[in-house]
Amino acid sequence: MEENWAKLSPDEKREARFKRWLSPPGVEFASKEAEKGYKERVTRFIKAFQLKKPDRVPCILPASNYAAYYAGMDLQTVMYDYDKLAEAWLKFFRDFKDDLDTYIPPALVPPGRALEIVDYKLYKWPGHGISGNTTSYQCVESEYMQADEYDALIKDPSNFWLRIYLPRIFGVFKAFPQLPPWTSFEEIAIQNLVPFGLPDVQAGFKALLEAGTESLKWIMKVGEVAGLAAAEGIPGIMSGLAKAPFDTIGDTLRGTQGVMLDMFQRPDKLHEAMERIAPLTIEAAMNAANAGAVPVVFMPLHKGADGFMSDKQYETFYWPTFKKVMMALIEEGIMVILFAEGRYNTRFGYIKELPKGATAWWFDQTDMARAKKELGDMCCIMGNVPTSLMMTGTPQEVKQYCRKLIEVCGKGGGYVLTGGANIDKGPAENMRAMMAAAKEYGTYK
Amino acid sequence: MAEDFVNLLADLKEQEVLALTEKRIKSGEDPMKILDDSRAAMAIVGKRFADGEYFLPELVFSGELLKQISEMVKPHLKQAVETKKLGKVVIGTVAGDIHDIGLNIVEFMLDVNGFDVTNLGVDVPVEKFVETVKKTKAPIVGLSGFLTPAFDAMKETVEALDKAGLRKGIKVMIGGGQMDDEVRKYAKADAYGKDAMAAVTLAKGWIGAK
Repeated sequence: MEENWAKLSPDEKREARFKRWLSPPGVEFASKEAEKGYKERVTRFIKAFQLKKPDRVPCILPASNYAAYYAGMDLQTVMYDYDKLAEAWLKFFRDFKDDLDTYIPPALVPPGRALEIVDYKLYKWPGHGISGNTTSYQCVESEYMQADEYDALIKDPSNFWLRIYLPRIFGVFKAFPQLPPWTSFEEIAIQNLVPFGLPDVQAGFKALLEAGTESLKWIMKVGEVAGLAAAEGIPGIMSGLAKAPFDTIGDTLRGTQGVMLDMFQRPDKLHEAMERIAPLTIEAAMNAANAGAVPVVFMPLHKGADGFMSDKQYETFYWPTFKKVMMALIEEGIMVILFAEGRYNTRFGYIKELPKGATAWWFDQTDMARAKKELGDMCCIMGNVPTSLMMTGTPQEVKQYCRKLIEVCGKGGGYVLTGGANIDKGPAENMRAMMAAAKEYGTYK
Repeated sequence: MAEDFVNLLADLKEQEVLALTEKRIKSGEDPMKILDDSRAAMAIVGKRFADGEYFLPELVFSGELLKQISEMVKPHLKQAVETKKLGKVVIGTVAGDIHDIGLNIVEFMLDVNGFDVTNLGVDVPVEKFVETVKKTKAPIVGLSGFLTPAFDAMKETVEALDKAGLRKGIKVMIGGGQMDDEVRKYAKADAYGKDAMAAVTLAKGWIGAK
């Protein structure tokens, strides 16, 4: 970062980060053309984010685990065989290179064996809790945190995670409630080390080390693929993930049922816990954005969608700490992409409170014409070709749908063409039709 | 007292409605009456949800209050509870999908609107749907799914019902996350419902109830 970083305004910081994205440190391009192509693609996204007109509408092909199936493999195979993982993703990369404005490396395909080693209970994945032919991994909703454990979380989140929460989601940590808090080490350690001698505790740490070794093998392969794509001139589009604190509590701590009861039965504790979590979220996202060249943090949004809660509830419970997280990232010049699953038609008023050109909203089933009209002059919008069309429609239908979206949302810039959500399977011609539409109908004069 | 009770529960006044439940039980009132009133209150909750006055948190909380009231009343019940139902509906999240937030809202809304609902839960194998439709003779099946793998699972479930010779006698509705009318066509279901209210409207339409 620049020396006078602290003195820069958020807009200046964002400009500085965009510059770094355009000339990423450490990337050696394969050729002059690759470098030129890279800069063109990044510029395309930057201009769309800045609500300016790029050369044409940028496009993100909505592929999540798609490469695995495209290569004739499946998610289960590539979660366990990292060579095959790289092979599938590279095949997709080579075959689609001309249709890619950005490339998402297989960093979102977790290493299955590492999860097994720690006996991970928070998710099910193909062959592990759900059928081997399932195309996605899925979260197991449960009350991992009890209603009376808010105080433990609020008092010391790290301690809560290590000794209460993790033993419930890592089977191998079942003895960890017996560990002393790390803060108990002061003066000469006498009794504090004893729990680390217990066989069950040791088994937990051994498994953790083993899972770490396994994950290193995996990340080397992922890094190889990502590095190759960047050298060939296809940029990444996000560096880190963050969640709204309400979702953090509602998704994987208290569960939907639990968090919604808490809104009535212990609202103060819920608020306090969200306030406690917000700075942790901010720090993690900031570290991720600072580590890479891509100045974009991605936030998938869940329980604030239309229908999940009233405007009043959104304003009271969801928005304050969500906004706090976004604003902290924006202050540091980080671009935030919000993925609003489901519909977000009733929340436009809140989005308007954010600074101009600092966020991009990726909509799933939101009314795009209304979004363009109401938000078009304050933030970039992205989306929203339905997954059903991508998977079951014809290339002509996909192209027509994209054309309409481009005509409505692309006007004047500030739009990225992509899916409403990502798909794992489906005709390759439909993917190509999406990019063909961006090129044919999305070119700005 | 009964009217107060209905309003207190519909308005989600936890302490007041639990205190009143206690009072009614102590007064020796027929516990069936309390359950009838609870049902009336839940119907109001369902209506407020349909009207956009209540949302998911209110449904969850009303369900919790009903559970507490039922537990208080149960020890005093002399006969089993039997109520007239509009018709049977079998619902479940299809194979390969473990999401149930939407599924449970549909169950709630069908239930408060008078349907006898069999909820098979999540990741339901096609055979389980076939078997349950056979056993219950339910004329309506609701398939829930959140993610794209559900597209094929829905198709396979409808095919299995067809193969078992059950398809003609039933109506199949689908809904959830990435589902839409395209998926309805793909899966060869009868209708797609955008939300839980649509499920109620569809089910009522099919059995000819108003």
